[in-house]
Formats: sequence, structure tokens, C-alpha cells
Amino acid sequence: MDQLMADLKRQIIAQLNLKDLQPENIGDDEPLFVEGLGLDSIDALELIVLLQQEYKIRLASAEEGPNVFRTVRTMAQYIKDHQKA
Amino acid sequence: MSNAFITRSCVIRGGKVLANGRLLHEMAADTPKAFLEGVYAAEGISYPKFYKMDTLSQLGFLATEVLLGGSPLFGGPAAGGSPPGSGAPAPARGLPGVGGAAFAGAYGPEDVGLVLCNANASLDTDRRYFKTVSDMPSPALFVYTLPNIVIGEICIRHGFKGENAFFVFKEFDTTFIQQYVDGLLDEGAIQACICGWVDVLGATYDAALALVEKTGEQSFTADNLNKMYTWTS
Repeated sequence: MDQLMADLKRQIIAQLNLKDLQPENIGDDEPLFVEGLGLDSIDALELIVLLQQEYKIRLASAEEGPNVFRTVRTMAQYIKDHQKA
Repeated sequence: MSNAFITRSCVIRGGKVLANGRLLHEMAADTPKAFLEGVYAAEGISYPKFYKMDTLSQLGFLATEVLLGGSPLFGGPAAGGSPPGSGAPAPARGLPGVGGAAFAGAYGPEDVGLVLCNANASLDTDRRYFKTVSDMPSPALFVYTLPNIVIGEICIRHGFKGENAFFVFKEFDTTFIQQYVDGLLDEGAIQACICGWVDVLGATYDAALALVEKTGEQSFTADNLNKMYTWTS
């Protein structure tokens, strides 16, 4: 799980062009949207693309988004739960 | 005959940034994006969204930063600064202007217009986006597949809510732009305007912006716009 979260932080920075950030600047449980990293709706779409490109995972429904993309940890947990063994 | 004046200008092209006709930055870079990110760093700007912008928006954003010194409504630092009109005039990065009300914090959000033009619309980004379509279309690129998005980025940064327009010409039609902006000023739709040329395609980037106000020294004429556009260091 720790390695997955570390990978995710690097991928989020690359995918969203967050050049002012380093992976260590992103907390495992820090909110990604609004008060945390301040990501916006376009970033949310890019995170969906990231899931599909890097992990071959499609969100089952749009309603899942807010919970899946709440923090790096919730993203990592979703990936862990949905990756094929 | 125009009653307006060009009070400040900025030209960015060929590895150089000129403010009011004088060289402000010069640096070598492999790509337009690398050059613009170098200028961003050299200007000491802190605006994380800059890195998410397409090259056209980065170019227009930086040209406006140099033009206005990052001052919302010309009155204070854009990021974390005083509310418009509430603070002391902020010194502009770059060079002094040539008269006008710039940097007095004198304008309201609806007072400032933006009229830009170019030859290649958003084609540079359209091509980049098209390359992603066969794999996974990029939402972040898609939102920049219109040329007037650069105006939106500038308005968000500075709080402008005045009239705006983006035109596509084969070449910089300074007569049209001068007459269009003059009309907006004459009818009182706006009190000041940022106008000019912002174009990117491949390895070529070219911006020439003028700040036009109702007081100043250099008349706002097509000829003076053209002189600004053809400036070289």
C-alpha cells in the first residue's frame, strides 16, 4: 500500500502538471480537492484518465468519484480493491 | 482620431521579452514552453495553474504579467495582494510606462477589456489534443482547444470582467484592432483595454500586447500599434 501511494503521488504530479509540488508534499490523507491540493473538475477527469491508463481501472459510476478521489489513500485503496489478482 | 493612448507594452518572441521597447529578459530554450517557464521563473511569479495552461495561454498570461506587473486592476499584487483599489500603487516589474492611469488601482472589474488576435487560433493545442484522441483524450488539453481561453486565464488572474473578444487574422490587423478598441472606449463600455497579438504554433511564439487608457502620451493609433509589434531589441 505504501509503495502504491508513493507511485500515485508521482503519477498525480506528472498527470496534473503540479510542477511546484514534490511527492513528499502530498500527505497520504490530505484532501485532494478544495482545501487540500485545490484540484478542480478538470483535474478530476485527469485522475479518471490516470486510473484507466496506469491501472486499467474504470470507475463503475460517476457517483463513486468523490469517495475514490478524496485522498491518495482512498485512491490507492480503490486501486487495490479493483486490480485483477 | 483616437482619444486613447498606449501607456505600456510588452513583446515576447524569439527568446526575448521586451517591456516598453526595452529588453527585459533574454534566454535560450529548446521549446517555447521551456522558454516561457524560464520567463515565469525569472519574473518570480507564483501561480501554480500556469503549469497547467497550454502554450498560448502561458504566452498571453506572461505578456500580461509583464505589462501590468501582476497587478489586479492595476492596483496590487495579483496573488494574495490588496483588494483592487485598496492599496498603494504597486511598482510594476519591468519598466516604467509612458503616462496613463496604470498602477493607480483606478479601475473596476468591468472597466478593463481584452481584445486579442492571432493567425493560428488554438491550432497548436488542437494538434496536441488530437494526438491524445487515439489513446485517451486529455481533458486538460481539451479545455484549451479554443483561442479565447487565453483571455479567460488572464481575466481569472486579474479579475477583469469587461468586454472581450478574440479575432483570427492572417496577419496582425492593427487598423481593425485600433478601431474596435477605440469603439469600446468611446461608447464607455470599458475604461482601459489590453489589446494585441498572441500567437503560437510549433516552435514559434509571438506576443505583442498594449495597454490602452484614456490618458497618456503615446497616441493609440494603428501606426503606433504596428511600431510596437515590430519592435526588436
